[in-house]
Amino acid sequence: MTQASDTTMTADRPIPGPPLWLLAEVTYRCPLQCPYCSNPLDFADSQNELSTEEWVSVLRQGRALGAAQLGFSGGEPLVRPDLPELISEARHLGYYTNLITSGIGLNETKVEAFRDAGLDHIQVSFQASDPELNNAVAGSRKAFEQKLAMARAVKAAGYPMVLNFVIHRHNIHQMNDIIALCDQLGADYVELATCQYYGWAFHNREGLMPSASQLEAAEREVNLYRQRLADAGSAMKLIFVTPDYYEERPKACMNGWGSLFLTVAPDGTALPCHSARILPIEFPNTREMSLKSIWYDSPGFNHYRGDSWMPEPCRSCDEKGKDFGGCRCQAYLLTGNADNADPVCDKSVHHDRILAARRAADHATAGLEDLSYRNVRNSRLFFRG
Amino acid sequence: MDQVPRLRPGFRFQWEPVQKAHVLLYPEGMVKLNDSAAAILSEIDGERTVSAIVARLEERFPDAGALDGDVQEFLEDARQQHWITML
Repeated sequence: MTQASDTTMTADRPIPGPPLWLLAEVTYRCPLQCPYCSNPLDFADSQNELSTEEWVSVLRQGRALGAAQLGFSGGEPLVRPDLPELISEARHLGYYTNLITSGIGLNETKVEAFRDAGLDHIQVSFQASDPELNNAVAGSRKAFEQKLAMARAVKAAGYPMVLNFVIHRHNIHQMNDIIALCDQLGADYVELATCQYYGWAFHNREGLMPSASQLEAAEREVNLYRQRLADAGSAMKLIFVTPDYYEERPKACMNGWGSLFLTVAPDGTALPCHSARILPIEFPNTREMSLKSIWYDSPGFNHYRGDSWMPEPCRSCDEKGKDFGGCRCQAYLLTGNADNADPVCDKSVHHDRILAARRAADHATAGLEDLSYRNVRNSRLFFRG
Repeated sequence: MDQVPRLRPGFRFQWEPVQKAHVLLYPEGMVKLNDSAAAILSEIDGERTVSAIVARLEERFPDAGALDGDVQEFLEDARQQHWITML
């Protein structure tokens, strides 16, 4: 173990609360090829996955720090053969354990075995409400049927079920069908997550981003359906995430940098969010430092805590305590400097880049075949050095 | 008062030592509970009726007076938020 060198807390950098959320990205491997994947473009360059023992140590340290929610994510977490062991350990430690999966590689036996190991919840992701579009986006011919079967198995085993749909210009017209499918499958929560532009989605943005009119129509459909569900006394909850690119104020990204969320990437790199690895900041690794030092003392996690790092217009903005200047990754991707205000904000001098993306979405013609799919071959094109 | 409240499947009530509070955990979410909410939820076991829960709470907190109004109000709110079901 090395000790963190920077342990000073300046007056404007308050001591953070505990990391309540731990996201364990146990692998970047995945059988699907979704062109909006949030994994790094060069994921294929990172193959040095933590061992079972190393993950167990991360889970124990995270729980001792106060993490209560644990997500097993990836990549596709099911490709790790030690997943049942990790679930069992996590549940024993007292975590609420969430499995975030494509459903590919799942079967009834595993659904039951995970239940016995103490898994609390399974989230299954879909790509569309029909097999043709779903399988085209996923880059897999059998994905849709498998997902349907697994959603039914999850429900039959008595788990609460979240179904997640990433929404983009090629499936945004399907809102009614998507919600009806979820209702039929007995989902408890439906995440209609309009694509956010990081990772592969940023690379494919022009081919994914819906137009303003598409988005308005979708929101209308969701609101109407929500009312129908309420009238029917349904407990199914619809969560519609508006894309940042159609906001005038940035989101309070991750509820503030290093404030609640701690992600551990497959190779042990600890991050304030799963996208932050793209930033030109050195992030600590759980192989070299305790999770406690990482959270409280590491320069990477302290980098954007407090507000002394903020340039204008954030520095003098009366909303800086509310949105923390927005998303550092978005600032970096759109301006080349992660310190800048998130360009989603109309006070940002770079807001024109958001407006230009919206105009481009009004005239976009790219088809699914024009997208760059998330696979090892395409990832190798992004290798650094 | 003779209905039986039960936590919705997938919801878990537990003590968090680091937060020094009881919480309600559910898929990808968590609510930090105040003392009175925690006291009420701690009495829900899927078998006790609302009256039984009120009686136990009045025994636990003898100085608090009659609690049926507060308990029913909380349970109704929890039901509307789909944290619990009433059978």
